[in-house]
Amino acid sequence: MSEELSFTLDGRRVPFQDGQTIMTAALAAGFYIPHLCFNPEFTPHGSCRVCLVKINGRMQASCTTPAAAGQTVLSEIEEVREIRRGILQMLFVEGNHVCPACEKSGACQLQAVAYYAGMLAPHYTHFYPRRPVDASHPDALIDFNRCILCELCVRASRDVDGKNVFAVQGRGIKAHLVVNTPSGKLGATDFNITDKAAQVCPTGTILRKHSGYEIPIGQRLYDRKPINVVGDVAALAVSKGGRRHD
Amino acid sequence: MQEFSALVPTIRDIVQRHNKTATRLLQILREVQDSLTWLSAEAINAVAEELGISPDKVRNVAEFYSFLYTEPRGSHDILFSDNITDRMLGNRELLHYLCERLGVAINGTRADGLVSVGATSCTGMCDQGPAALVNGYALTRLTKPRLDRIVELVNAKTPLEQWPREFFEVTSNIRRADILLGRHFADGSALRAVLKRGAEAILDEMMQSGLRGQGGAGFKSAAKWQSCRAAPGEVKYVVCNADEGEPGTFKDRVLMQDFADLVFEGMTVCGRVIGARQGFVYLRGEYRYLVDALKATLQSRREAGLLGEAILGDPSFSFDIDLHIGAGAYVCGEESALIESLEGKHGVPRIRPPFPTTHGYLNKPTVVNNVETFASAAKIAVQGGEWFASRGTAESKGTKLLSLSGDCERPGIYEYPFGVTVRQVLEDCGARDAQGIQMAGPAGHMISAKLFDRRICFEDLATGGSFMVFDHRRDILDGIRNFAHFFVHESCGFCTPCRVGTSLLRDLVDKVHTGHGTRADLEEMRKLGQIMRVGSHCGLGQTAPNPVLDSLDQFPEAYERRLRSTAFEPAFDMNAALEQARWLTGRTDPAAYLDEEALVGAMP
Repeated sequence: MSEELSFTLDGRRVPFQDGQTIMTAALAAGFYIPHLCFNPEFTPHGSCRVCLVKINGRMQASCTTPAAAGQTVLSEIEEVREIRRGILQMLFVEGNHVCPACEKSGACQLQAVAYYAGMLAPHYTHFYPRRPVDASHPDALIDFNRCILCELCVRASRDVDGKNVFAVQGRGIKAHLVVNTPSGKLGATDFNITDKAAQVCPTGTILRKHSGYEIPIGQRLYDRKPINVVGDVAALAVSKGGRRHD
Repeated sequence: MQEFSALVPTIRDIVQRHNKTATRLLQILREVQDSLTWLSAEAINAVAEELGISPDKVRNVAEFYSFLYTEPRGSHDILFSDNITDRMLGNRELLHYLCERLGVAINGTRADGLVSVGATSCTGMCDQGPAALVNGYALTRLTKPRLDRIVELVNAKTPLEQWPREFFEVTSNIRRADILLGRHFADGSALRAVLKRGAEAILDEMMQSGLRGQGGAGFKSAAKWQSCRAAPGEVKYVVCNADEGEPGTFKDRVLMQDFADLVFEGMTVCGRVIGARQGFVYLRGEYRYLVDALKATLQSRREAGLLGEAILGDPSFSFDIDLHIGAGAYVCGEESALIESLEGKHGVPRIRPPFPTTHGYLNKPTVVNNVETFASAAKIAVQGGEWFASRGTAESKGTKLLSLSGDCERPGIYEYPFGVTVRQVLEDCGARDAQGIQMAGPAGHMISAKLFDRRICFEDLATGGSFMVFDHRRDILDGIRNFAHFFVHESCGFCTPCRVGTSLLRDLVDKVHTGHGTRADLEEMRKLGQIMRVGSHCGLGQTAPNPVLDSLDQFPEAYERRLRSTAFEPAFDMNAALEQARWLTGRTDPAAYLDEEALVGAMP
């Protein structure tokens, strides 16, 4: 076929097939649009809003908007970057993100996307929510302070692991991640550290026990190259500093 | 608390009455709570067990809706409507008075479990407030003497059925009627028209009429019907959005109370046109008082051959309507969230496309229209599209029901042809001293007197019907603050800009309201508002900053007179933050306190 479907992303031509979104078409063509709740292995969710782009003059989430021929999509323009930074700053103040002390620092998608978007400080007033950690599981620790409600672990546990370990409950600013047991403790579930749900978190919410801080600062996943070059932590093997089990 | 053994049969009975159908989950939880006053973990597990679904799905719903409680609640649950119009009528004083008389904290439950008192979003009684709900039933025109009587009734454990009827009286207050409210409508006439002339012809009339979504979004109704009619599939649905949650609007309540036949008839016509056999009315929980009457109306229509199997004797024309009651979630007014709620889930708006006309209720083609839209459709089916289009403006045909409240002599329902000026409305309702109008509710627009010559229509000022008047005695910022808190409470929490942004914006408005705001905060509000407006997943978050953004432009003085003269003030009080250190060290000397002015001056 000579008539290939395409749209433009920041002036570059992006071919696509029917059924692809702006995001999936851009990724397939090797172009990066920052994202957190999107993971190509799962149905788009559209909740984090970090992947906002300007499509024919209107701001829309690239992960949920179907690609259409002739669309003009703008991503790396200051107007979009400013909105994106604002949304990232909201995520940082909503939870408790203490990057210097976090085991995932340097290999954290949230942090890497924030760097990519040019976010230098959280800017807004911190909410400092009280969110006790859950260390009840023998192999995993959940630090709810770092949860950004992307629901990737919810989706992975339900749709891939078939365990339905996680859920988001509550409305509005009270929405929070829970573990589906009467005690609310991970230790009471059949969660396993090799589950898909253990590999998809874009932050340091779900952590592996018995090891930590093994890779020194300076050599971590995003320390030398930015996320648009390295790729998502969930897509990379553990041996390469990612989260995917080999 | 009931024993587990007593709880299970109650729940089993309720679940069985709903045919063990998971789409009825919200309705089931409402009824379980009616029996048990709150939804304990045991109750939630029992519902899950009986329905054969996982407990987290049930808990998810129970935690989402304001009127469902997962903590113990009094057997009399009193919630004051907390719209700005209720505040204008002194509801806060009444709330404190009642709490004091009952000996209960705000949002608390009395130790004897007999009563809880709290506040809720607008209950749609703005023309007869201050209003409240008791166990979901509307109380109107509250006064201290009335509250004194309520205290006696609660303390005497008098069942609600024995409370004075006048406490629950809801009047319609129709002040101006035009083609929708003013003309007699013979029940069944629209159904006869659609049978006689055929679905195509009625759809043509709808096209000609130019009728647009009267909830305020203004989408062409005929286009919706056409799209749904053309959508593939045997099973289709008609949904009436009676989840009238926008603060300040109550016209759908009046239509459901006085014109239910007209609304049901419009839905039935729609069913015939699109090929649906089942309709739903999603009635907001605050209008629970209407449920019995609506069920009776539906039944009498079935008996008259206007609903159910073989309507008007035509075996090819079957259509029935179910009532579904909400439970306190403004976001469910958004059509895809409403569909989620109808399916028994928590009300988070769906990703669109696909749209409900092709993928709606249970993923089947579905038309969702507002109450007023269906009422208009019934009239159009009888009188024709041209008749309807003879009223209104070029882009906004027909009439609009406005819900007038706030500072005016004659609050109530006003029906006008589209195109009426704000000034005319103000004159008619006796608002002599208006400084501003909150048009179309908090999600709409705040306009000042210099815009009173603007016209109410989709080309100019679009509205779902809320029209709240602020006169010159009012501090506009009180309204803005009320709306900012409203959106924090009503955000569903799904997307970042709305979930976090509504809280950040509320904190900034509070900061200015308490006299700690600076120019930097006003600039911050604008930036934050812009992020929410362009970044949010659905209309709730996109419109939540409107009151702030509008008032910054229209009423800058409302902010400026409260600003500190400094360019910046931190979000926390440094002196207060040092209190614990002073207490620990026993210091009370002046040097233990920061010189705040000097400190602020030192800020960059």
